[in-house]
Amino acid sequence: MLRLPKFEMAEPDTLDEAVSLLAKHGDRAMPIAGGTDLVPNMKHELFTPELVVSLAGIAELHGIEQAGDGSLILGAMTPLDELARDERVLRGAPALAQAASLVAGPQLRRMGTLGGNVMLDTRCQWYNQTHFWRQSLGYCLKKDGTECHVVAGGRKCVAAASNDSAPALMSLGATLSFQGPDGTREVPIDDLWKSDGIYNKKVSGEILTHARIPAPGPGHRGAYGKLRDRGSIDFPLLGVAVRLDLGSDDVVTDADLVVVALQARPVRVRKVAETFRGLEIQGPAFREALDEVCTLASKQCRPLANIPGDHEYRHAMVPVYTRRTFLAACEQGGPVHHV
Amino acid sequence: MRVLHLCVNGDRLEVAAPPHWTLLEVLRYKLGLTGSKQGCDKGDCGACTVLVDGKPVLACLTLAALSEGREITTIEGLMPAHRQAGGEGADPVQEAFDRCGALQCGFCQPGMMLSARALLNDNPTPSPAEIKHALSGNLCRCTGYTQIVQAVELCVAESTSKKPRSPAWAPGVNPWSRAEPASGGQD
Repeated sequence: MLRLPKFEMAEPDTLDEAVSLLAKHGDRAMPIAGGTDLVPNMKHELFTPELVVSLAGIAELHGIEQAGDGSLILGAMTPLDELARDERVLRGAPALAQAASLVAGPQLRRMGTLGGNVMLDTRCQWYNQTHFWRQSLGYCLKKDGTECHVVAGGRKCVAAASNDSAPALMSLGATLSFQGPDGTREVPIDDLWKSDGIYNKKVSGEILTHARIPAPGPGHRGAYGKLRDRGSIDFPLLGVAVRLDLGSDDVVTDADLVVVALQARPVRVRKVAETFRGLEIQGPAFREALDEVCTLASKQCRPLANIPGDHEYRHAMVPVYTRRTFLAACEQGGPVHHV
Repeated sequence: MRVLHLCVNGDRLEVAAPPHWTLLEVLRYKLGLTGSKQGCDKGDCGACTVLVDGKPVLACLTLAALSEGREITTIEGLMPAHRQAGGEGADPVQEAFDRCGALQCGFCQPGMMLSARALLNDNPTPSPAEIKHALSGNLCRCTGYTQIVQAVELCVAESTSKKPRSPAWAPGVNPWSRAEPASGGQD
């Protein structure tokens, strides 16, 4: 039995009210969306806020809209299973719909939200444990301790970003909107992250209100691949989001590959667009370029022993999942997962 | 402590609980509804699954204070709801789990049956793959899932007046066909 530490609840109806509550209470307050990350973390005493501010009653955070220019505006409180089924998301952002469809299990997708998944805490096998377990070990660098159990002598936390939505949104060039005491601001998702496992975001004290995904071109292809032990429930051992933009005659005009669950932030593999650009996806040159991209991904991704699962196996799966996910995107298929 | 106004299995209740209590704790330790199981208590196993507004969610991660104004159904509410709707006996899902022996220890069963009930309410004729997908958030450490999926298939077959598929371990005799009851006892 895991009891929650004591806290008080606030259930504001408006965003302004929620922002001012969080500003007033500072580090002693935390927002709760679906609760599927925060509640177990509070049970493990990783977070012990005095005030929990529910975002559930704030109407403007809910729902999916398509703007006149074709861009998708996704409310931060949109449940993941709604995101996975929505026709507009399936059509305009298939990698995101697929990523959302593979988060955890059905109950958790129904409860968990897009905003909660983007703002997910980083994970590590030495951190996501009960207080008793962590205390027995002398705690760790991320919480209450000074020693990193992943990198001997390490002074920097290497807990992994494990949010499936994050690489998908990065591959789609999403912009995030936050509201804080100083008003609203927009942050390109690439600028959200920093390589710090303790807190891997550059934004704090503000509420993520929605994500905007620019309108895809007519030749947009995207897919998501997820490696995990079971076909349900588990966090990713590796997540791969890909995008291919095709021009006339299925020639690649742009491409992207973003990988998650390896280190503290989602990682974009470099030189992918240059390698694919100008190649027709059915041609032999594309297959050769895909081999090259798999090698690039393997070289640029270095999994650590930060989450459960053998890190050498996870590294070996980087080119495998890169290849399968790009091929799925070519065929407008996916998601890619082995169980 | 605050007074929560909950609707559980059709009953409107006032229950006092601290704000940091989960729905599962309120159901089990305030209302005595111990059918919802406390398994991992951190969102992995699905044993605490209840229906909120007809959809399966995890009561161990749901704050009770945020459940006000929602229709909560626990395993205790399945049979009364079935009878209120004019049915006899237990809910067909419960009957099918019983007939198929879809349990050993029984700990995962309340959550399994609620996930199955919600699936059948949404989609009365799911495929085996859809059944497995809908139950994938409910872990069972005993049965290997075979009889659980077969129990839901039996439910589907009976609700559509089709003959249920005979399990591989009973060739020639369909132990679940009501028209052709299995000869001899099945322990």
